[in-house]
Amino acid sequence: MSKLRVLVGTRKGAFILTADGARKRWKVSGPHFAGWEIYHVKGSTVDPNRIYASQTSAWFGQIIQRSDDGGKSWNTPGSSPEELKGPDGTPKAESNKFVYDGIPGTHQWYDGTQHPWEFKRVWHLEPSLHDPEHVYAGVEDAALFESKDGGKSWNELSGLRQHDTGPKWQPGAGGMCLHTILLDPQDRQRIFVAISAAGAFRTDDGGTTWKPINHGLHSEYIPDPNAEVGHCVHRIAMHPSRPDTLFMQKHWDVMRSDDSGDSWREVSGNLPSDFGFPIDVHAHEPETIYVVPIKSDSEHYPPNRRLRVYRSRTGGNEWEALTKGLPQRNCYVNVLRDAMSVDSLEPCGIYFGTTGGQVYTSPDAGDSWKPIVRDLPAVLSVEVQTLP
Amino acid sequence: MIRVVLPPHLRTLARVDGEVELDVDATVTQRSILDELETRYPMLRGTMRDHVTQLRRPLVRFFVCGEDLSHESPDAPLPEAIAKGSEPFVIIGAIAGG
Repeated sequence: MSKLRVLVGTRKGAFILTADGARKRWKVSGPHFAGWEIYHVKGSTVDPNRIYASQTSAWFGQIIQRSDDGGKSWNTPGSSPEELKGPDGTPKAESNKFVYDGIPGTHQWYDGTQHPWEFKRVWHLEPSLHDPEHVYAGVEDAALFESKDGGKSWNELSGLRQHDTGPKWQPGAGGMCLHTILLDPQDRQRIFVAISAAGAFRTDDGGTTWKPINHGLHSEYIPDPNAEVGHCVHRIAMHPSRPDTLFMQKHWDVMRSDDSGDSWREVSGNLPSDFGFPIDVHAHEPETIYVVPIKSDSEHYPPNRRLRVYRSRTGGNEWEALTKGLPQRNCYVNVLRDAMSVDSLEPCGIYFGTTGGQVYTSPDAGDSWKPIVRDLPAVLSVEVQTLP
Repeated sequence: MIRVVLPPHLRTLARVDGEVELDVDATVTQRSILDELETRYPMLRGTMRDHVTQLRRPLVRFFVCGEDLSHESPDAPLPEAIAKGSEPFVIIGAIAGG
């Protein structure tokens, strides 16, 4: 029977939730890295026991953690005694060294002035689909890094940050973060990323050159609503069988592209609010997608105080509310952009975490929900591993 | 023997309990203590000072003999009490953020 491992990042540590394929009885381990903000935890699809975690703190900066045994034990990559024999005897220990390539330059600040690029933290870790030693990191201030040695050292793919539009990128309310990395399973050279608040970008040459892919996005909160960059994209998602089709939850608007991001059209349809953060795709139905509408960008609550996941079986426009098992009164939690994931069992399981510390699961593709845990610290990220 | 007190989060990261004891061959300064500390516990690199600039992280403080020496030169010799180990070199995370 298959097993499930749910990797949960929170404001005060990481938790690992495990169950067998019945998805009824869950074990909770943690907190790992207690007291630290864990922005993201994600395992390799090539070697599921290889898991990377972004551990961060305003006081002590960025730490990268790695597990090679499915989360039972963790280490900072490259810090073991045998790995510390640098040429002059000094430790290498560069697993948390994220240095921008060349002169970092400036981007637009909140007040419209130019502000130097400053590394703050890793928001998202995306292991390669082909090599467990190869992993990408999306960071704040927005840039893409990669490691080809299991997280021991990092290099920037600077063609992205050095794009001509870079000085026009600006931070969203959460900072100027590169929060989404999608690897095309059919084309190793193609990567999609999303940045708040710059927009979506694509490379077709493995990360050397990038192009903004924001045509069709319309954002009333920027001077030119149809600008090439400046859009606050909250999340993009794809189904691995159809990598040319992308779904986007923008600050406002749910969008869809069928040409690898070259053009977008709105598919918000009958949603009660088209503001929100996460968006995800059913594991077996490429046209079935999920969002969690939120009232507004100033009130990060569910509309009408009712927590509802919305599902579209038509790739957008026609949405149905999924409420069974979710709080339908006095609910004021939010669901952040990296806090939704799906398993690949049949039927597909859907998972999401809230800022109130609940992690909900639906073992029937959204028809009904139960909390796995209710009282964790605020959840920042949820990833699911379906294990043999 | 230099005695160093790490903040709790860095003790966890370095997997140590209580004080850390170090031998520092050079003149005892903030820099020589941190150099030795990072050599012994490489996972601490980047957590107290920047990897490249070597500047102290803004919310990290160095207390010595009841005084905050965070803004002193990292190369200034520290008091004899630190060099002899009668007083610890205390690294703390600032009380900030509630």
